[in-house]
Amino acid sequence: MADRMRTPLGQVYGLGSAREGAREWWAMRLSSLALIPLGLWWMIAIIAHAGADYRDFIAWVSSPLTAILWLLTIAVTFYHTAHGLQEVIEDYVHHEGAKLASLVAVRFVCVALAVAGIFSVLAIAFRH
Amino acid sequence: MPTVQRPLSPHLEVYRPQLTSLMSIFNRLTGIALSVGTIFFVWQLLAAASGPAAFASFQGLAGSWIGLAALFGWTLSFVYHLLNGVRHLLWDAGWGFDLGTTYRSGLVVLVATLALTVLAWIVALIVWGA
Repeated sequence: MADRMRTPLGQVYGLGSAREGAREWWAMRLSSLALIPLGLWWMIAIIAHAGADYRDFIAWVSSPLTAILWLLTIAVTFYHTAHGLQEVIEDYVHHEGAKLASLVAVRFVCVALAVAGIFSVLAIAFRH
Repeated sequence: MPTVQRPLSPHLEVYRPQLTSLMSIFNRLTGIALSVGTIFFVWQLLAAASGPAAFASFQGLAGSWIGLAALFGWTLSFVYHLLNGVRHLLWDAGWGFDLGTTYRSGLVVLVATLALTVLAWIVALIVWGA
């Protein structure tokens, strides 16, 4: 019965709507919204610590509120970055192999940078 | 699946550059620049987690002329992407999508980007010098 409701092209592909068509769109809007306060906090905080020495920087990052805000900023930033770069690649890289390779590379690098950043903040926070 | 060669609608190259289209392209370009720049800030955290020597050499690089120039470009991209991102979110919410308002909000974003970037650097240089 369900098959008769589908277009001939849809039947040939054997694929229907996954009901997730708006997911990428929503992912970008949600992370953008979160990055407005996080980005503003981060920028003001970085400026306030311009040229800070090791002691001051460590003392700042290791305070609980700062550490939590850093972790949130890192997580949302790399989520937004991974989805944003994916959008650019899907729009401009048309060769299938190159597209797949760059999509995989972007995901791997974003996750690796996020883990490196999160680990560093936790290491600073728990050691000091 | 066989590829059917259908005529394509005119693309970007047939249009004269407009403020709206250029700002849309800049939003992507600054996004890409910011993505590359994140490496720098993860590096800062890693250096701080590694110890005083690593952190001092990172701060030395950040304070060099190349470091400062890159950071200035990064600030400009950050402020632009943030402000223009708010403009995009307002459009998504259904506000300001008529032609006059898109141009006016575009100009506001450009002027505010320059003003906030200069302000951020004045404050940063005062903090750095103190």
